[in-house]
Order: sequence, then structure tokens, then C-alpha cells
Amino acid sequence: MGRYLLSRLLSSIPTMLAIVTLAFVLLRAAPGGPFDTEKEMLPEVRASIEKAYHLDEPLPVQYLRYLGDLLRGDLGPSFQYPDESVNDLIASGLPVDLTIGGLALLLACLVGIPLGAFAAWKRGGFFDRIAATLSLVGVSIPVYVAAPLFILLFAVTLQWLPAGDWGGGAPRHLVLPVLSLALPYIAYVTRIMRASFMDVLEQPWIRTARAKGLSPRQVLFRHALRPALLPLVAFLGPAVVGAITGSIVVETTFGLKGIGQFFVLGAFNRDYTLVMGVTVLYGALIVIANLTADLCQGLLDPRVRLQ
Amino acid sequence: MKPRLPWFSIGALALLLVLALAGPWFSPFDYYTPEWDQPDLPVGASWAHPLGTDALGRDLFVRLMWSCRISLLVALVASLISLVIGVSWGVAAGYFGGRTDAVMMRLVDILYSVPFTPFVIVLTVLFGRHLLLLFVAIGAVSWLDIARIVRGQTMALRHREFVVAAEIAGAAPWRIMSTHIVPNLMGIVIAYLTLTIPTVVLTEAFLSYLGLGAQSPLTSLGVMLADGAAQMRSRPVMLVLPAVLLVMLVYCCNRIGDALRDRHVA
Repeated sequence: MGRYLLSRLLSSIPTMLAIVTLAFVLLRAAPGGPFDTEKEMLPEVRASIEKAYHLDEPLPVQYLRYLGDLLRGDLGPSFQYPDESVNDLIASGLPVDLTIGGLALLLACLVGIPLGAFAAWKRGGFFDRIAATLSLVGVSIPVYVAAPLFILLFAVTLQWLPAGDWGGGAPRHLVLPVLSLALPYIAYVTRIMRASFMDVLEQPWIRTARAKGLSPRQVLFRHALRPALLPLVAFLGPAVVGAITGSIVVETTFGLKGIGQFFVLGAFNRDYTLVMGVTVLYGALIVIANLTADLCQGLLDPRVRLQ
Repeated sequence: MKPRLPWFSIGALALLLVLALAGPWFSPFDYYTPEWDQPDLPVGASWAHPLGTDALGRDLFVRLMWSCRISLLVALVASLISLVIGVSWGVAAGYFGGRTDAVMMRLVDILYSVPFTPFVIVLTVLFGRHLLLLFVAIGAVSWLDIARIVRGQTMALRHREFVVAAEIAGAAPWRIMSTHIVPNLMGIVIAYLTLTIPTVVLTEAFLSYLGLGAQSPLTSLGVMLADGAAQMRSRPVMLVLPAVLLVMLVYCCNRIGDALRDRHVA
């Protein structure tokens, strides 16, 4: 187990290096810099600004300097928000993202697992067909369609919930962002769980459990759930990537100050270090999510050997 | 038995295409000229503007049809580019096999682990001012799935009689790949084209919704969604219509693509 973990962590180094290098090269190839303004800047002023941010050094030196800082966990100063470092900005935004993304994935599992289980139990029945249709619709609705439509319905027309703002993380403010991010995941989880429960329900030990006279709920959630969870765990690793994408849209739509918001603003303003920092963070999150998913598969099914 | 084609989706998509291509001809307005002399903007439906206008007095119907055109054009360009790269890469890897194949597919594996969305946003910094260039770049980084599928199919065709016969007759590898292998991949390639188009439409809408894609006065479904979200209190139609169009477009393409793929892979 320890050796497996170590080798997986080592093999993620080239991936992270590729991400950092690609992002660095692409950003520096972009025309225009972060300090291009409407007003003409004095050459001396420009030179001293560039010197302060080490932009006057040759590119390979800048690249090595960035890698060195990265190893020490320093993502550098933000070009657009001179008073704050990229570390500060990320630290201020991360709680928002973790709350919304975590709650959305949790909601997707809490709703999707039972929906998929009962659809598979009554395979071909009325409930199954309703669930199949709804999940097909849910998969086709992207977050940037769902989020404004939810605001239109629940905030503007019905006036039940606030249309935006973090509100200190009050539950009322969380409902709409979490719901619009969770919607496609509820659909995906339902589809995956339905298919995987249908596989598991064919197994001999399920037949035994049913022959003993256990109730559907006992069969589904005591005997079938654990093996049926395997495909879901494999899905949840990559799903973290989608939750990141979705949360960028959710933050923009609901005016929340999370990392995605900084990322988009950074891309607008050519804030190199900010965009780099967020890209590196996203890359690391994805690597960790995939690793955790693989480890969980080993815990759920002892037949999965980690090597 | 071959699965039935989803005729409803094909019909809906065809209707949408005809509307998007022909619709703007029947209106005297264009999608970019603002009309400031209206009493209060955005104005509601009237004979001149069947769906009303947006906040700058531009005809909503014409803008919607133009955004379908542009979203589809951009998606088609990016999909074709990803197709050309993916097919060449996959055919070469599958045909030559051995070490060439191992190296080529290892590169595909590495690229798979690069997070797509953050990366596309980095690309907007590079090409943000030029929508078509941006999507040429997006096409150039989204060929991985197609390359994998095509490689598998090529390996299956590699040792069929007609390929071996061509080899014995002394045909050059380039000729065998282009005249004997690629034509036999066309079915699956077209199926994947119909599945790639909706994903690119979604990518474009995502970027434009965030303001990183199509720039004003140019429009696209993502721009219309963002405009609509800003105007939802005065004219909810501006949000609902592009939402319906986008979901319809993506859903129909996905249904058709799934059906085509099932016919060729089963």
C-alpha cells in the first residue's frame, strides 16, 4: 500500500511538470503583457516595474525561478492585485469552492444512488422510465443554462431565495448555487448507479439474499450497495474536474468570490502568476482526486490489487 | 438488427439549421447595428421585431439565428481539425504498431491527464481576440478520443486480406493508409464528428458565457445566454430562448451521434 502510494505520487510529477510548463509557455507566448495600459507609461517606470516582478530576465531564468518558488509553495505576487500574493487570493477563494463543490457532489450521491438503485430494482417499470428520461434531460443541461434559469424561477419570479452573493455562507445563499452545480451530477450518478445495480442484482449472492426473504431495502443497501459503488468511485475522481469547471460558471453567475472568479479575471487581465497559480492548483486537485478514487476502489473491493 | 435512427432529432436539427441559415435573410435588420432611438430598451415583440430586441435595440430573432450560425461554424471548424489530427495520429499509430505505436499512444496518455477546461482558459489568453483561431487551437488539443478509437479500428483492419494484398503488391504505407484504411473508417469517424460538434458547442458557450469567447458585437449562443442572464428581470425571453436553442442543439446532435456510433460499433 505504502509503496503503491509512493509510486503513484512519483508518477504524477511528470504530469504536473507538463501542466506547469505548457501553461508557462502558452502565457508567455501571448501578445501583450499585464502592464499594458491605455496611458503611455514612462520607460523608467515600466523598467522598474518589470524589474520588480523579474520580467526583465530571460525566459528560461524566469521559468526556473517559478519552479523554484513553486517547490517552496510560493505562487508569487499577483500582477493585478499588487497588495496580495496569489497564495492569499487562493486561500481566500478556496473555502467557497470547497463548500459548493463538496455539497454538490454530496447531494448528487445522496439523490442519485437511491434513484439508480430503485430504477434498477423495478427495471423497465414506470419509475425506471421516469428516472431514465429525467437523467437524459439532466445530462444535456449545462450549468450555465441551469444557473440563470434557476435564478429567473426561484429568485426573480417566485422570490423564494436570494439571486446571488455569498452571504457569509448562509444556507439560503447556498441552495441555488449548489443545486445548479449538482443537477448534471445527479443525472450522471443516477445513470451510473442504475447500470451498476443492474449488474450486481444478477449475482448469485443477491439471489440468495432475496430467497432468504429480505426486504428490497435490505437487499439493495446491505448486499448490493458496496459492490455497486465501484463504478461510481471511478466516476467521482474525474467528476472533480467537472465540478471545477461548473463552479467557475456558478461563481460568475451568483457573484461569489471563489477561485474560478479569480481565474477568469486573471485570464482577462493577463495576470500571469494568478492564472498559473490557479492552473497548478487545479492540476494538483485532479491528481489527488484520481489517486483517492483509486485507493477507495481498493477499500471497497479487496479483489482490486493496488500495485 | 441495426438500431433505428432518431428521426425526431434529425428533423429538429434540420429545422434549426434551415432557420439559422435562411432566417436572417427575411429580416431587414442585421445582428450588430444598435438602434438607440427606441423609447425604452429592450423593446417587446412587434411586427418589425417578431421577438423584440436586446438592450441595445438589436433584433433578437436575427441575433439568435446568427448565434446558431456562429456556434455551429466554430464547432464545425474545431471538430474537423480535431478529426484530421486524430485520424492521422490514430491510423499511423495503429498501422506501424510496435515502438512507434507505444511512443505515440504514451503521448496521448500524457495529454489526457492535462485538465482540459483550465487549459482552454489559458488558451483564451493567447487567442482571445480571435474567435476562429481560438477554436482552431481548441480543435488542435481535443483529438485524443478520436485518435484512440481510430487506432483500435486500424489495428483490426491492419491484417485483413485486402491490406495484406496491397502490401504484397508493393504499395507504399502512405498509399495503403489513405486508400485502403481511411475509407473503411469513415462510418465511425462521421459518428464521432457528430459527437464532437456538441461538445465544442458547449465549450464555446461556456467560454462566451464567461466573456472569454466571442466578443461584442459578434454573437454566439454563449453570448446570448450571458446577455439574457443580465436582462432576465425586464425580458426573460432573452434568457429562455437561447437556453432552449442550445439544449435542443446539443441534445439532437448527441442523439444522432449515439445512434450512428451504435450502428457502426455494434
